[in-house]
Amino acid sequence: MAEPMRIRATMTGDVADVKVLMNHPMETGQRKDAKTGQLVPAHFIQEVTATVGGATVLSANLGSGVSKNPYLGFKVKGAKAGDKVVVNWSDNKGDKNTAETTIA
Amino acid sequence: MNALRRNVLKGAAGASTVAIAVAAGLLKPTQAMAAWNAPAFDAKNVGAAMKGLDVSSPADSKDIVIKAPDIAENGAVVPVEVTSKIAGTTSIAILAEKNGTPLVGNFTLSGGAQGFISTRIKMGQTSLVRAVVKAGGKSYTAAKEVKVTIGGCGG
Amino acid sequence: MKKQIIGKLLMGMAGLGMALGAISVHASPEGDRQELAKYYTSKYPNIKMEDYVYGALAFDADSKSQYDAIMEFPPFESEVEKGRKMWDTPFKNGKTYSSCLPNGGNQIAGNYPMFDEAKGKVVTLQDAINDCRTANGEAAYKLNDMKTMGVLTSYMRTLSNGMIMNIKAETPKAVAAYEDGKKTFYGRKGQLNFACASCHVQNAGNRLRSELISPAIGHAVHWPVFRGGDNLVTLQQRYDGCFKQVRAVPPPQGGTTMNNLEYFHSSLSNGLPMKASVFRK
Ligand code: HEC
Repeated sequence: MAEPMRIRATMTGDVADVKVLMNHPMETGQRKDAKTGQLVPAHFIQEVTATVGGATVLSANLGSGVSKNPYLGFKVKGAKAGDKVVVNWSDNKGDKNTAETTIA
Repeated sequence: MNALRRNVLKGAAGASTVAIAVAAGLLKPTQAMAAWNAPAFDAKNVGAAMKGLDVSSPADSKDIVIKAPDIAENGAVVPVEVTSKIAGTTSIAILAEKNGTPLVGNFTLSGGAQGFISTRIKMGQTSLVRAVVKAGGKSYTAAKEVKVTIGGCGG
Repeated sequence: MKKQIIGKLLMGMAGLGMALGAISVHASPEGDRQELAKYYTSKYPNIKMEDYVYGALAFDADSKSQYDAIMEFPPFESEVEKGRKMWDTPFKNGKTYSSCLPNGGNQIAGNYPMFDEAKGKVVTLQDAINDCRTANGEAAYKLNDMKTMGVLTSYMRTLSNGMIMNIKAETPKAVAAYEDGKKTFYGRKGQLNFACASCHVQNAGNRLRSELISPAIGHAVHWPVFRGGDNLVTLQQRYDGCFKQVRAVPPPQGGTTMNNLEYFHSSLSNGLPMKASVFRK
C-alpha cells in the first residue's frame, strides 16, 4: 500500500504556491541491497499530474533520478483561496496514489 | 451531487462532456496523464535524452535561473529550483548530465502554472545540472555546476 | 579512501600539540559553557549564538540554504508521523506515554539528560521513555533500535520544540557525573589519539576535506537527525560514529560513559532552543 502524499497550497498575491511531498522509495534499479547483495528492482514514480480548480496545471514525467520521497513545488497564477488542488501519481509497477487539499 | 451528476449526464451528447466530467471530479485526472517518455528517460547521455524530448540545439538563455547548491550536502537529495522568465513557457526538463540516465524530470505546465519548478534530485557525481525549457515552439537551456562529495546513487 | 581522509586529518592537526581544554577541571557547568562560548565567539565573531543550533551549517550559507530547502517539506515527515502514531497508541493497560511522563511529555526534552538522585545516575530522555514503558507492563525498547525508539523520539522530541535547553548539575553526585562526561569529551582516545574536543572545539569551523566541523555548543538540541533525509540517527549513535572515526571502541549506548558524555555535552547547549527532527547530510 502506498503511503499518503501531502500537499500544502497557499496564496501569495494572486499566485498559488503548491508543495507536494510524495512517499515513494524511488529505486533506480542500480542499488544493491546491503544484506542480500542483490540489485533492488527499479521502482519509481513515472507520472504526476496536478489540477487546480479542475484545470490541469502540471503534467510531469519523472525518472528514478528524483530523490526518495519526491518533492515537487510549483506556482499557479489566477488560482484563489478555496480552490481544490488534486495531485495524482502512478509508478512503473502500476501503483497509483491521489491526494487533495484546498488552497489556504 | 446528484443534481450535478444529472447535469453531466444531460450534457453527455456534447463534445465537452469529458471536460465537464473532469471539472466535476467525476473522471479521475489519472486518465489524462501524459504517457511516460521511455526513450528520453532511458537515454544514457544528454544528447539522446534531448532527442527523446524532441529538443535539438536549444538556445542558451539567461532567462532561465537554476537555483542549486555549489556543493551538494548529500548527492541523494540535491534541492533544485528552476525559474523560467521566458514568456509562454510550456515545459521545463531537468537533467543531471553525468547521471547514468541524465533526464531526471520533465514538467509540462498549463492552466496558469508559472515557469517554475522546485524538486530534489539524486546526483552520482559532480556535474552540470541542466534545465531545458520549451516556449512558443522553441527550446532554451541553461546549466549550473553542482559539486558532489557524497554520492547519491547506489550508496 | 577513509584511511586517506584520516591521514590528511592527522597531518592537518599534527603540531597543534593542543592543550585541549582551556577549561579548568573544577569550574561550574555554567562557567564551562560560558568559557567555551567565549572561545567560539571570539574566533568567529560573525556567527550569532542562536545559529549554533545549525551546527556546521552555521558556517556555510550554501549548506544552510540546502537545509532550509529540505526542511521546507522534509522527506522524513511520514516517519515522524509514524512516531506520532506510536506516541498516541495506548499501552495494553490503557495508559499512555503522556500519562506517565512529566508535563504530558510536552516541553521536557531540554531537561534531559538529568541526574536522578534516587537512582544515583544520569537518566536520558530515552531512559525516561523506557521507564514509562516498563512501569506500564511493556518491554523496554532497545536504545539503538531506530524502528522503535528512534521513530518514537523523532516525534516525541518535537513536543519540546522551542524549549530552552536547561541541563542542571547541582549536587555533588551530579557534578561528578558531569565531570566524567567532560573527561570523555576532552580525553584523547583511539588509535588516532583524538578527543571530541580536538575536532569540535579546536577545529570547529574548519574543513576536514569536504566535512565542515561543527562546534560542540548547539550539538544537542536537534535530535534525532535524518541523514541524507532518510537515515534516522540518534545523538548517542552519532557519538558512536565519532568514536569509530578516531578508531576508538565506542562505549555501549545507554551505558554510564555514554550517558555521562551526553549529560556534559548537552549542558553545553544550555540556553539554546530545541528543534526536532532535522536534516543532516
Ligand atoms: C576526527 C574529528 C572528529 C572527532 C574526534 C569527533 N568528531 Fe564528531 N563529527 C566530526 C565530523 C566531521 C562531523 C560531521 C560534521 C559536523 O556536523 O560537525 C561530526 C559530527 C558530530 C555530531 C553531529 C553534529 C550535528 O549537528 O549533526 C556530534 C553530536 C558529534 N560529532 C559529537 C562528537 C563527540 C561526542 C565526539 C567524541 C566522542 C566526537 N564528535 C569526535 C568529526 C569528529
